[in-house]
Amino acid sequence: MINLPENELNAAFTASEPTVLSQPNFWRRAGRSLLHDPIALCSFAFIALLAVVAIFAPLIAPDDPLRQFSNGLSYVGAPVSPNGHFLLGTDASGRDVLSRLIFGVRVSLLVGVVATGLASLIGVVIGTVAGYVGGVTESILMRFTDMVLSFPILLFCVALIAVTGPSTRNVVLVIAFAYWTYLARVVRGQVLSIKEREFVNAARTLGVGHVKIIRKHIIPHLVPTIIVYGTLGVATSILIEASLSFLGIGVPLPQASWGEMISEGQQYFQSAPWLLVAPGVALILTVLAFNLAGDWLTDILDPAVQEVGS
Amino acid sequence: MTWFLRRFAQMLLVIFGVVTLAFVFAYIVPANPARMVAGPQASPQAVASIAHQLGLDRSVWSQYVSFLGRIVHGNLGISFALQGRTVASEIWIALPYTAVLAVGGILWEIVIGIPAGIIAAYRPRSVVDRFATFGALLGLSAPPFWLGLMLIYFLAYKVSWFPLNGVGHPLIWYMILPSFTLGVGGAAFYSRMVRTTVRQVLRSPFIEFARLKGMPERTILFRHVLRHALTPVITMLGMDLGYFLGGVLIIESIFGIPGVGQLAFSSISTLDVPMITGTVLVAAVFMVFMSFVVDVAYTFIDPRVRLNRAK
Repeated sequence: MINLPENELNAAFTASEPTVLSQPNFWRRAGRSLLHDPIALCSFAFIALLAVVAIFAPLIAPDDPLRQFSNGLSYVGAPVSPNGHFLLGTDASGRDVLSRLIFGVRVSLLVGVVATGLASLIGVVIGTVAGYVGGVTESILMRFTDMVLSFPILLFCVALIAVTGPSTRNVVLVIAFAYWTYLARVVRGQVLSIKEREFVNAARTLGVGHVKIIRKHIIPHLVPTIIVYGTLGVATSILIEASLSFLGIGVPLPQASWGEMISEGQQYFQSAPWLLVAPGVALILTVLAFNLAGDWLTDILDPAVQEVGS
Repeated sequence: MTWFLRRFAQMLLVIFGVVTLAFVFAYIVPANPARMVAGPQASPQAVASIAHQLGLDRSVWSQYVSFLGRIVHGNLGISFALQGRTVASEIWIALPYTAVLAVGGILWEIVIGIPAGIIAAYRPRSVVDRFATFGALLGLSAPPFWLGLMLIYFLAYKVSWFPLNGVGHPLIWYMILPSFTLGVGGAAFYSRMVRTTVRQVLRSPFIEFARLKGMPERTILFRHVLRHALTPVITMLGMDLGYFLGGVLIIESIFGIPGVGQLAFSSISTLDVPMITGTVLVAAVFMVFMSFVVDVAYTFIDPRVRLNRAK
């Protein structure tokens, strides 16, 4: 029988184990690392720029993205190449490509962030419950996760959209419903290891309720994982949204979305390559920025190492 | 052996769940299947009689039981849109194209990803390493449909090295660009993964020992390094194959390949419910089956896994 002083147990109960984020100097260390990593810095700057563009799209865009300009088509009815007025040219309906590109940021970011947020919420709840409760509950939840995971993600989204009908809200819901599985699996694994740690045992010994243990002792340790997966998830969600819109079942017309712009530009590629190049480059840069930011966050937050425990 | 049986039972359970999900999916589709079969001009009586033939007037449970019964016999139902064709036969016709595409994609992943990762790991911060890292990031971030269109434009339209789209004879020729587009993302992913694992292995004591023993670098690479570095890659390639076989609808639709993905997509635009359910089901079963195969293969590659699981 080990005799632990009462106050030591109490300390374990009141103060949860410090997480990566609550370590002293974390923010200073992160800031310094960011300044020495120009690629990560550029990625975050680009994401910030995208956010600004998305919020102030109507102020930044030179024209209305839906307006069909009479001088937006050449005399044979073809798209106009980039010039002084239309900086990135016009599309087949005589609309300004730059303005559509700028409003497209809104769609991409909105869908990317909201879908990932929703997916993270579902994933964390299911993963935590499965990992913490264990037993039959865990088996049922994880087998269900396996089932959803066994549908190819894009085909799954396409089939769901076929049932629910294309709309921005449905695109978000469908992506969230397909993506939560990845986080649920990782979270479950982490919860399994966290709940065996001393501070959780101590809290349980002291009779702390399950909900409070999850909230105060387990969730804080999941935050690094959620941040990393969330950032990478935004990149994935943006790609899925673009793919759905490319297939014509994403964000409904005539709203500007990068995937839809690429799909439309397909037919005019020979005569008007800017129709494909502009949204394609925008899409690549955006996804690249979120991937690079996710890489940097993985390095700095190191969720895998944290899982092993110190 | 007991582990194998348990894993097999688990696979069957997941497939059963997947079939159930597919049934729920088909059941909640808002369109009236009888109306779709009968056609827009059909009288209400005709629609009702077709609904009776299809068993749509029976209870959910009875429909579910007969659905399960059909699936067990490999009967995926009859297409609404393609009159008189069964879903299974359509998938059977489309599958070879998808299979060739999938295998091609896997080959590209191996041919590009693994050597790039190994060279990058042996020469960190070299030109090859930097090029591979940059290429990997680009490959991971470029949307496949955009990449495919670019390849078509430059390599098929501008210089006409490759056919523009569709399929023809010899099939391999028509599959080079699509399978490259399919494999490039995975190649990017594997090159980074192989780089990390090879670097880890190179730092471990047994490699040091092999070097001290005077074992030639080439032998070390093939006998020791690759064996360790490729185990995780092989399992993930297996998962990729399952995923690809389910149909890669974007790439199939860009390149005009009449595979399973294309079939799924066209059935969605006509709201051909049995076809949608069938293709999604087949895709999911491929995934579940490949993950089973991979798990079993893993125990042969790495005996430690077997020991751990026996516990």
